[in-house]
Amino acid sequence: MMDILRAVQDRNRWISPESLEVIAERTGLTRIQVEGVASFYSFFSLTPKGRVTIRLCDDIIDRFAGMEEVAAALEEALGIRMGETSRDGAFSLDRTPCIGLCDQAPAAMINDVVVTNLTPDRARSIAAALRAGTPPEEVALPGCGGLTPAERVQRMVAGNVRHAGASLLGPVPAEAGLRKALEMTPAQIIDTVEASGLRGCGGAGFVTGRKWRFAAAEPADRRFVICNADEGEPGTFKDRVLLVERPHLLIEGMTIAARAVGAAEGILYLRGEYAFLRDHLQVVIDDRRAKGQLGQGIGGVPGFDFDLRIQMGAGAYICGEEGALISSCEGLPGEPKTRPPFPVNRGYLGFPTVVNNVETFCHAARILDRGAAWFHAMGTEGSHGTKLFSVSGDCLNPGVYELPYGLELAELLRLVGGEDAAAVLVGGPSGTMVDRANFHRRLTFDDLATGGAVIVFSPRRNLLEIVEYYLSFFVHESCGYCTPCRVGNVFLQQAIGKFRRGLANPEDVEYLRDLSQTIIETSRCGLGQTSPRPVLTTLDNFPLIYSAVIKPSSDRVRASFDVQSAIDTARKLAKRRSYIFDRDFGE
Amino acid sequence: MIEDRKPRIATVSLAGCFGCHMALLDIDERLMALMKLVEFDRSPLTDIKTFTRRCDIGIIEGGCCNEENVEVLREFRRHCDVLVAIGQCAIMGGLPAMRNAIMHSDAALRECLEEAYITGPYIRNTGHAIPNDPALPLLLDKVYPCSDVVEIDHQIPGCAPSGDIIFAALTGLLSGKFRGFDPHLIRFD
Repeated sequence: MMDILRAVQDRNRWISPESLEVIAERTGLTRIQVEGVASFYSFFSLTPKGRVTIRLCDDIIDRFAGMEEVAAALEEALGIRMGETSRDGAFSLDRTPCIGLCDQAPAAMINDVVVTNLTPDRARSIAAALRAGTPPEEVALPGCGGLTPAERVQRMVAGNVRHAGASLLGPVPAEAGLRKALEMTPAQIIDTVEASGLRGCGGAGFVTGRKWRFAAAEPADRRFVICNADEGEPGTFKDRVLLVERPHLLIEGMTIAARAVGAAEGILYLRGEYAFLRDHLQVVIDDRRAKGQLGQGIGGVPGFDFDLRIQMGAGAYICGEEGALISSCEGLPGEPKTRPPFPVNRGYLGFPTVVNNVETFCHAARILDRGAAWFHAMGTEGSHGTKLFSVSGDCLNPGVYELPYGLELAELLRLVGGEDAAAVLVGGPSGTMVDRANFHRRLTFDDLATGGAVIVFSPRRNLLEIVEYYLSFFVHESCGYCTPCRVGNVFLQQAIGKFRRGLANPEDVEYLRDLSQTIIETSRCGLGQTSPRPVLTTLDNFPLIYSAVIKPSSDRVRASFDVQSAIDTARKLAKRRSYIFDRDFGE
Repeated sequence: MIEDRKPRIATVSLAGCFGCHMALLDIDERLMALMKLVEFDRSPLTDIKTFTRRCDIGIIEGGCCNEENVEVLREFRRHCDVLVAIGQCAIMGGLPAMRNAIMHSDAALRECLEEAYITGPYIRNTGHAIPNDPALPLLLDKVYPCSDVVEIDHQIPGCAPSGDIIFAALTGLLSGKFRGFDPHLIRFD
């Protein structure tokens, strides 16, 4: 379903009511079911979009990097505002949350390709080139016609690998892990991965070996291995770098997982924002098929069959949640599933499914090559091996750093040139906002856990603005299934707005905490369970930014209630002034 | 200096139906006991319409649907030590807040008034006009609970709360012992 909708969207630039009818008829679904899917994803449009859609990355990092000026330049050059499509159907202009290029902000997507390090001048010249009919690929990367897909992605986007560690970004011998796995039994592979201490690198940190063991133990006819390449947590872009630099290692890791759990089918779920990587990855997959590293009897082992397909996402943060990701692969709206059953028991199409992050699969392949003890020896107790950190924001060297777990945050800040940071958001908005007094804390699962995002904020930044931005992000990305998340996050955002306007009372701090707790306790998936964290962690670590703007009222009348704006509509309807609140009423 | 006087209670019905005031009277013969303890000041029960002195307890029925409600509520806040919101309308907006449900409209208030006075199927309004006497207070864009407009000290939920609950809360407040209700008293499921 996702592929059908994407094809229709790409060809017609929208999904018309007629298309919905046809798709419903051909797939045997009702029109409303198809519309339910199409309307769920940001990159599908039920109104006509331009032939060229420019989506500016609206992350807070991009805003701080001058995104508003770029937006203004584009609006002026194209003659349309944000969210509009030009009359001649040539251009659409939109904002979109983090597209995984925070290390080279401000960035934008032009159809399926990306442009980075934008300035107003660059934006104007891009608009002019597009107007002149230059294809988006040529605009993003002049002369791209003669390049291979791998060369294209490497030149279109800077890798920004700042520190290569022992496991992933250093020299990696090809297929070494897979070769060893072929000589082992599935149970030995699982034992090795479990003994290495490898934990999921997407953020949740579940023990990988155990996940594989559960999936392998479940009696079933079919099993699946899915790679979660939907890194949507704002400030995370480590998987982008792996997909560009280590695609073979990733698929090697997936193939090993398939052997371990007995899966013959796999899916690589690639976020819609990374569409520019699709051709590159497809080439890698085709290449491996040709070499007998995918397909039937892999490596000459009879009965070891595994093949995979790429599933494109379509702009939904929630699809990084494994249940939602599986729903999306099944052609449904990306809504999380009720747990249990867990995906390892009943996942994709009801079959046992292993869903792991890009980085996790890559590590697994390396572990098979170098051995469990090698990996286990790196890092700290409970957090073994190395981790990719994608660092962005106010630092000299934004980019990807592969380092062993257990590093102090302060050490990382020294490496990235961000020593004067006032606050660091570890783990993205679902993580922890850390103050200077806590820079000695360590990057491990048990202290400061992160899926990779480390965002540095200098003392010039307004933390309440940042908190409000992230809440607006969660409001936008909530799937809407649970009321506390759908509505509660809106209330949280409004409450923070009150603080920013200087209208908050002391009791509003309690309100923030209460409401946050309610959202956390009553939401079904990780989105609602973590969305209040920007509020809670700043309340804990930066209480002064709140108390500085609180004004206790002297007469206990709420300053936040603006009677003038409340009666303004009625004043206009009744065509008279207020007897009570317009002082010049008698004149 | 502590005045030797009875505590003074003021009450008002804003955007409510007077049901909560009826419930106040529902404390029946205990009114006699209450009157020995307190004195009613500004209230529909006494027909005193303005504050002339400070009161100890202000009881608010109904939320704020128009500018006069806002003005009166603010006056209560300025003149009363403790404000008690009684009933759903005062606490949440209640029935009048149903008009807040006209959300996805550019002109929600006009739509609401037109349906109420002109286009509604059961309307018999020979003038075909929305009332607009200069003496009518202007409506607010939506109905607000009292706690949006002023700080409220205590809430007594219910529609309307029973006389027993009101009596228990008032006597508790007067003796300085009121600390909120036992959960089982304000459960409705």
